[in-house]
Amino acid sequence: MTLTKNRNRRVSGAPRPARLGRLFTGLIFVFLYAPIFVMIVFSFNDAKSRTLWSGFTTRWYAELLEDTTILNSLYTTLSVAVLSALIATVVGTAAAIGIHVMRGPRRTVMLNLNNIPVVSPDIITGVSLRMLFVALLGFLAIFGLNFRLGFGTLLLSHITFCIPYVILSVLPKLSQMGKHIYEAALDLGATPRRALGRVVLPEILPGVISGALISFTLSIDDFLISYFTAGNTSQTLPMVVYAMTRKRLSPKINALSTLMFVSVLALLILINVFQARQDKKRRQGDTAKTRL
Amino acid sequence: MSKELIRLADCSMAFDGETVLNSINLGIKDREFLTLLGPSGCGKTTTLRIIGGFETPTSGDVFFDGVRINGVPPYKRKVNTVFQKYALFPHLNVYENIAFGLRIPRPDPSDTAMRPAKISLGEKDIARRVHESLELVGLRGYEKRRVHQLSGGQQQRVAIARAVVNRPQVLLLDEPLGALDLKLRKEMQQELKTIQQQVGITFVYVTHDQEEALTMSDTVVVMNHGSIQQIGSPVDIYNEPVNAFVADFIGESNILTGVMHRDYLVEFSGRQWECVDTGFDPNQPVDVVIRPEDVTVTRDIAAAPLTGVVASTTFKGVHYEMIIECGDERWMVHSTHAQPPGETVGLSLEPVDIHIMDKPEEFDNPESAARVSDTADEDFDA
Amino acid sequence: MSRRLALPYAFWMALFVVAPLVIVLFYALTTEAGGFGLENFIKLQVYVPVFLRSLWLAFIATVLCLLIGYPAAYILSRETPSVQNSAILLMMLPMWMNFLLRTYAWMSILEDQGLINNLLRSLRLPALNMINTQGAVVLGMVYNYLPFMILPIFTIIQKIPPSMTEAAQDLGANSRRVFRRVVFPLSLPGVLSGVTMVFVPSVSTFVISKLLGGGKQLLLGDLIEMQFLGGAYNLHLGSMISIVMMLIVLAGIQIMNRFGSREEVALP
Repeated sequence: MTLTKNRNRRVSGAPRPARLGRLFTGLIFVFLYAPIFVMIVFSFNDAKSRTLWSGFTTRWYAELLEDTTILNSLYTTLSVAVLSALIATVVGTAAAIGIHVMRGPRRTVMLNLNNIPVVSPDIITGVSLRMLFVALLGFLAIFGLNFRLGFGTLLLSHITFCIPYVILSVLPKLSQMGKHIYEAALDLGATPRRALGRVVLPEILPGVISGALISFTLSIDDFLISYFTAGNTSQTLPMVVYAMTRKRLSPKINALSTLMFVSVLALLILINVFQARQDKKRRQGDTAKTRL
Repeated sequence: MSKELIRLADCSMAFDGETVLNSINLGIKDREFLTLLGPSGCGKTTTLRIIGGFETPTSGDVFFDGVRINGVPPYKRKVNTVFQKYALFPHLNVYENIAFGLRIPRPDPSDTAMRPAKISLGEKDIARRVHESLELVGLRGYEKRRVHQLSGGQQQRVAIARAVVNRPQVLLLDEPLGALDLKLRKEMQQELKTIQQQVGITFVYVTHDQEEALTMSDTVVVMNHGSIQQIGSPVDIYNEPVNAFVADFIGESNILTGVMHRDYLVEFSGRQWECVDTGFDPNQPVDVVIRPEDVTVTRDIAAAPLTGVVASTTFKGVHYEMIIECGDERWMVHSTHAQPPGETVGLSLEPVDIHIMDKPEEFDNPESAARVSDTADEDFDA
Repeated sequence: MSRRLALPYAFWMALFVVAPLVIVLFYALTTEAGGFGLENFIKLQVYVPVFLRSLWLAFIATVLCLLIGYPAAYILSRETPSVQNSAILLMMLPMWMNFLLRTYAWMSILEDQGLINNLLRSLRLPALNMINTQGAVVLGMVYNYLPFMILPIFTIIQKIPPSMTEAAQDLGANSRRVFRRVVFPLSLPGVLSGVTMVFVPSVSTFVISKLLGGGKQLLLGDLIEMQFLGGAYNLHLGSMISIVMMLIVLAGIQIMNRFGSREEVALP
């Protein structure tokens, strides 16, 4: 996200970092990657030990891919992520437009409420949503409607903590757009609905997309809120991982980590290549402009 | 150019309890070039937005061709706007920007039913009209360009083409030249005037630039603090400003405090002067406005009614601008002959060059208001 | 563009943001027996050491992140854009892996039969007891949240217009003075958001303390988890702990903002 719009600039005038500085940042990267490196190496370790090397194997990967608990949880994780990203993006984009035109105390109240899930610790969001769901399910049970914590409550929680991020990424696009663009569309005869669809949405689309991507990654990554709201029937991947770490010896986790690392790496490289191509195009556009 | 097309009747506007427009009454005739002129925050943009349908007046009425249109949304008005920073749609190319309004289905004029069927223009008609309007603004061949590839002046032309292509009865222009450099401004002034005559529609133009207003307009409306100060032709406004604010805002002026003793006799700068004004109360405090170019500077001190010391002399191209200190007062004088600083000179005035005005009550300091306008180019928009 | 578009979300927030907090507050102020009042709050006395430990460890972790993160962000800001881009990418890469996995990896490095101790033993050095200590917990916090400190600081330093540092140099400031009088004050908002982004998850974590602290270094998060899902099941007490923790976090953010708004500088 920061990554996708990095217009970097050197603090000019200041000298390039000295060797000592480079060493320092280098050490930080060693610190960040050492555990990951260890995991990757030991994911190919033949013995169950996480620390003693005893030969190369890929059987943990094979076991991982046959583990139905993990595969099911992966499916749950992805479907919750896709659904919550979709719903949060629709609700959040509409809400952002609504908040954008609000003024005064109404706007302040909306923005402050919107910030609650962002600033509160995840554990509080998880706990409080759990309390709500337990109360709601208890209430429904009075009418003979018996539901349990599960996929539904999981999805509702994920939507709830994703919407604020959609709003926070769409709002700046709206203010960048300036109100005159929308007014110009009305002025040219477009109904408010048409102006929204043909002019405003295309204009804020980058914000909407990045909101959706943020939601998707937050949802995939979440453990704490899922832990409190999913109940026993639906387990997300992080929940399964947590259960596995409690059992300690399980080289499958290393294999899983390695796979995740590799896929994230591949994704990032892909995005970067795509970005580089876009930048090139834009640069060409700019040269075309200067030639005019 | 006789029929009245738009009328604002007692229009007032307040945002969050702050009055921005104070009971405006204004008629705009068909096919006239009318300019709303005033400093930042004077309410000129708000007036334009009321006509465009972006604001509804807090009180008062707006009439279009005799029909009250207070609540009519902008997309149902036969009015189009050229926005301050053009507001071109960045995701569309030049062609699609201009075609935007043409692609919108509109009620069929030949359908007489209560809710007439909506018809859309064919692609051929759209293409023809887009090309016509590009031709009008001199941008033929720019159809496929992206908006961000255009210069400011070109964007400006596209904005005009995009508005005019819908054949509105009135075109509203909100400081359209504000973002252009001086040379381009002058060119576009001429061009806008030509376009207006070519398409033969009403232009309502907002600016804080008095020169622009005088050059282009049939009628100038000078506004300040949400009220109309004066409505008139450029010549009237310049030669016969109704108050010190207008005088100061239109061109540079010396504004002096004086007392009107009786008809044809005023006192300021420590002596009595013959003048041509009448109709003031005896001994009424007044503002005296004198244009810098109307002051005659002589070396012949003895014959001059007023003497002063030259504080500074600046070459301004066509003339020299001199600041002359006469006692506590500082006079600005334009003359083709320079006087060296420190020189004692005489100043003289013709009676017709002395303009007497009521002291204004609704604003405290006309000078400070006028000075703001030189730097700020954005009107009040809440 | 009507504000009615925000209506569905307004209802959503009422149900899923406001109502849950009201319920938690209600539970915090009541007891199983039906009492109403601050009874649960008084019961918290027993847990004062846990509160203090949580705050202390989160504070240490935040300070360490700042001490490591600020220089790193500053050094990065002076690199060429291509180096910066790769560095940022490398920094975000681990963040996109689940933090459980990252924390788990540290277990195998730190434990008694872990990599470090194996290495020490092979060098015939005495083994160290690292896992299940406060140090391990702090290390886990620093490891997981360090990027949250570096990124905002880097972003804001990078946004400081070159003309500002040039102007300072032009006025005769040497590079140390430029840093102290221009770059550092202008980067404070980034520091503040970094501090918040490290402190809040650190003070509320229960996973790091469980995995690296072995359950011996009970933190606030563990306490809450125990009341809602664990052995100590007591929703009322758990709610009260949550409320108190929320208040601590909010107070922290408020103090930061107060401190920040004084220093707030608008950057383009």
